[in-house]
Amino acid sequence: MRKSLFSLASAAALLVALTLGFSALASAAGELDAIKAAGKIRIAVFSDKPPFGFVNEDGANEGYDVYLARQLAQDLLGSPDKVEFVLVEAASRMEVLQADKADVVLANFTVTAERAKEVDFAHPYMKVALGVSSPESAPITSVAQLAGKTLIVNKGTTADSYFTENHPEVTLLKFDQNTEGFNALRDGRGVGLAHDNTLLFAWVRENPGFVTGIDFLGSLDTIAPAVKKGNGDLLAWLNEEILRLTGEGFFEKDYQETLAPSYGDSVDPKTVLLTVAELKALAAGEPLPAN
Amino acid sequence: MLDSALSVFTAGRNMARLMEGLGVTVWISLASVGLSALIGIPLGLIMASPKRAAAKAIRLYLETIRVMPILVLLFLFYYSLSKVGINLTAFLVSILVFTLWGAAEMSDLVRAAVTSLPVHQKESGRALGLTEIQVSLYIVIPQAIRRLLPGVINLTTRMIKTTPFVFFINIPDLMKVGQQIVEVSGVRDYLASVWVYGFIFLIYFAICYPVSLFSRFLENRWQSG
Repeated sequence: MRKSLFSLASAAALLVALTLGFSALASAAGELDAIKAAGKIRIAVFSDKPPFGFVNEDGANEGYDVYLARQLAQDLLGSPDKVEFVLVEAASRMEVLQADKADVVLANFTVTAERAKEVDFAHPYMKVALGVSSPESAPITSVAQLAGKTLIVNKGTTADSYFTENHPEVTLLKFDQNTEGFNALRDGRGVGLAHDNTLLFAWVRENPGFVTGIDFLGSLDTIAPAVKKGNGDLLAWLNEEILRLTGEGFFEKDYQETLAPSYGDSVDPKTVLLTVAELKALAAGEPLPAN
Repeated sequence: MLDSALSVFTAGRNMARLMEGLGVTVWISLASVGLSALIGIPLGLIMASPKRAAAKAIRLYLETIRVMPILVLLFLFYYSLSKVGINLTAFLVSILVFTLWGAAEMSDLVRAAVTSLPVHQKESGRALGLTEIQVSLYIVIPQAIRRLLPGVINLTTRMIKTTPFVFFINIPDLMKVGQQIVEVSGVRDYLASVWVYGFIFLIYFAICYPVSLFSRFLENRWQSG
């Protein structure tokens, strides 16, 4: 133990010595002034999660989150190109903020109480709830239809915990992987499949013969921009910005440009978009009604 | 089927993007291997020498780096260091980490190559009246290099194969670009992952196999020479 501690300490000392020469201009970045001084805002987005954040065939970043990122750069720095995209993995979304590798995370980041202890969330720009997809020939349109039937879910998802807690009358068939669950639905091993509605909308669009008969169920989660804890003026600016953009109908435009192509016409944009009234209710700590 | 395979690569700038990703992989590998040799060879010579204190310190460095997964080192340098005020770019971190690892392995290879030479080689040189420098220059180093080469080539291919880890610190290398293409093309063509990852497999093979062949060629040549 002592030896390994010593090894670690000496390795750390070596690292510091080696890197001191490069120690970047560790600014108090994240604050609005620092971003303006740098002339660009660093925004962490996904590079492989269509339709939220992905890189298209021409190598350009695209998606619902990216569309918003460009608008933020436009409004803060006067040009949609003054954004530097940090291509992030789901697991490192908090780290990039804490380690000051990005100013804002816009990566389909669901607000949870756990995460809110580590980073600060601004007003949300999207909402997500549960949905149930089923074959078009035998559509499931209400939870009552599921009594005594088999429903497919993914282990550890919100769908799993919601049905386990609230609907013990429904038999659950659980899978580890998304693809396994969807294959089981195709094979008719359950009457329906419950998952995040935003995921189901895109899946039924690519899989003719299936519909999302229940498109809004359970507790409602929100997707919001996140910043490093303590970046007060950036957070305040983002809150104002999201409120203003929501009021101006910016997110309807964003939806039409980026989500509509994968969701199709069957989905009502209101299922995933928030209104100014909803934002204010959320900010006041009131829960949103799950329809 | 072949059409769909081709369309994954011909769509937009996909092929150019894969090549850019390859450029990232090759650049990180070459820079790290070069720096590793530069640092590792002197360290190895010190380890082979009887100066015990310095040799022990290097041995400690070697063992420390060797037991740490590369991913841990990458995270440590990229995320943890910035919390104590040292905010390095992802590129710098990747080269630094691969060099730290490469130099450690290289020093051990050099030490092994030098100490494995039979003592009578040196002694014969001295008996012929050669100076210590001449013994090193004409007897030890030429033979050590021949013994060193297979290990160095092996290390090089291992480093090339480990570079995809850099996508965990947000560098879009060949592997990550492949993943991006699969996720976007997979909607239309569910075999996209087969084509793209298959292609990446071929690229890695095309880089690493000639390196191995070259090492075998040199070994044969030197043995017969």
